[in-house]
Amino acid sequence: MPSRSAGLVSKSFAVFAKDIRLELRTRYALNAILMFGITTLAVVSFSLGQSGLSPKLLAALFWVIMFFSAMSGLAQVFIREEETGTALALKLTADPDCIYIGKLVFNFVLLSTMTAIVTPLFFVFTDAPVDNLPWFLAVLALGVVGLCGATTLVASIIAKASVKGALFSVLSFPILMPLLISLVSATQKTLENAPFGEFSAELQFLVAYAVVMVTASIMLFKFVWQE
Amino acid sequence: MFLAMSAVIVFSFITPMPQQQIGEASRIFYYHIPQAWICVIAFAMSMIYSIRYLKSKDLVEDDKAVVAAKLGFVFCILATITGSIFAKVTWGSFWNWDPRETSIFILLLIYGAYFALRGAVEVEEKKASLAAVYSIFAFITVPFLIFVVPRIVPSLHPEDSIVDQNLEFTMGPVVRTIFFSSLALFTVVYFWMYSLARRVQILERKQLELED
Repeated sequence: MPSRSAGLVSKSFAVFAKDIRLELRTRYALNAILMFGITTLAVVSFSLGQSGLSPKLLAALFWVIMFFSAMSGLAQVFIREEETGTALALKLTADPDCIYIGKLVFNFVLLSTMTAIVTPLFFVFTDAPVDNLPWFLAVLALGVVGLCGATTLVASIIAKASVKGALFSVLSFPILMPLLISLVSATQKTLENAPFGEFSAELQFLVAYAVVMVTASIMLFKFVWQE
Repeated sequence: MFLAMSAVIVFSFITPMPQQQIGEASRIFYYHIPQAWICVIAFAMSMIYSIRYLKSKDLVEDDKAVVAAKLGFVFCILATITGSIFAKVTWGSFWNWDPRETSIFILLLIYGAYFALRGAVEVEEKKASLAAVYSIFAFITVPFLIFVVPRIVPSLHPEDSIVDQNLEFTMGPVVRTIFFSSLALFTVVYFWMYSLARRVQILERKQLELED
């Protein structure tokens, strides 16, 4: 039904636009995620100096920074609804799919903004080689999609629990571990300027992971939300 | 059952070593593989009951999912410990991030997180559906780990320890008999433990109802 899918897009966009307006008013989640990213980056590069790390270590450090920054801000979209008591109103006005897609896109924009600021700084601070920039950016984009796809559902789960902060990373880590393993490996290969054939398996995996995670979380979200 | 189990234990120690290269330590595989096998059965059961809970919203299904997850967790720890000892003897270190070590580690993390989540929610129905959603969502990632990580990390696990490439048993008749009786008995023990734990759980529920 075309009318319903058009409604889905515009309603999802309405949820997204509402969250963006709210965020621009307070900048709470963006500040948290950005400051966390920059702080960990500074700690890492300060303690290592210009010691010329291997691509493997650089890739691992980069994704550690990304993982913890994501952990510090991405849960906010749902916690905010529960804390301000607006979850019920949202539940009445839009169906779960729209809400979930809106929140997912919001988290994606949030993490992309943070990545766009932290990644150049990472290259400046650590003096990492940038040989295969287009593929590095492709891996980065897939990583951001995968991170958001997997953590947004977890964020909705922990918004209903009583200890939110610590639980978010505890629940997210097992789900993200397969993603992080192949992200580190793919990033390492792009930094080493390896030929495309060597990391095509990882790229396929990243695409599959993102698709499966987004689909599964849309299917499961209504069970969390209607609880 | 106790007699059969004791017989298997005795036989697993007095028969010739299953594998000459590894020596006496290779006897651990009579225990390690059945434990890993039970762990898979238990988590699969927990997953099925979780899905059934989300469909029916019947708290009995959630109770069953919890019992299966708890037993699976216990066997998962046992399999990790025996596997780690085995790894020290055969590969030289307790932990190598071999693909199967990685996936069992993730299973431990998933169910550790599952129990942490259950502990963090007060309302019964809410707890049940959040935990069910989480266990399904987390379990979806495990196949990725099994199919992808082996491409990235070389595996140390022997592929031909039970069947060879022509799908014929590589074990001798004695070893095979002990191994499969051990596997079958472990499965029986698991279902026995499961029904005991379920009965305890039902009694606890009744007691709570009486107190109310």
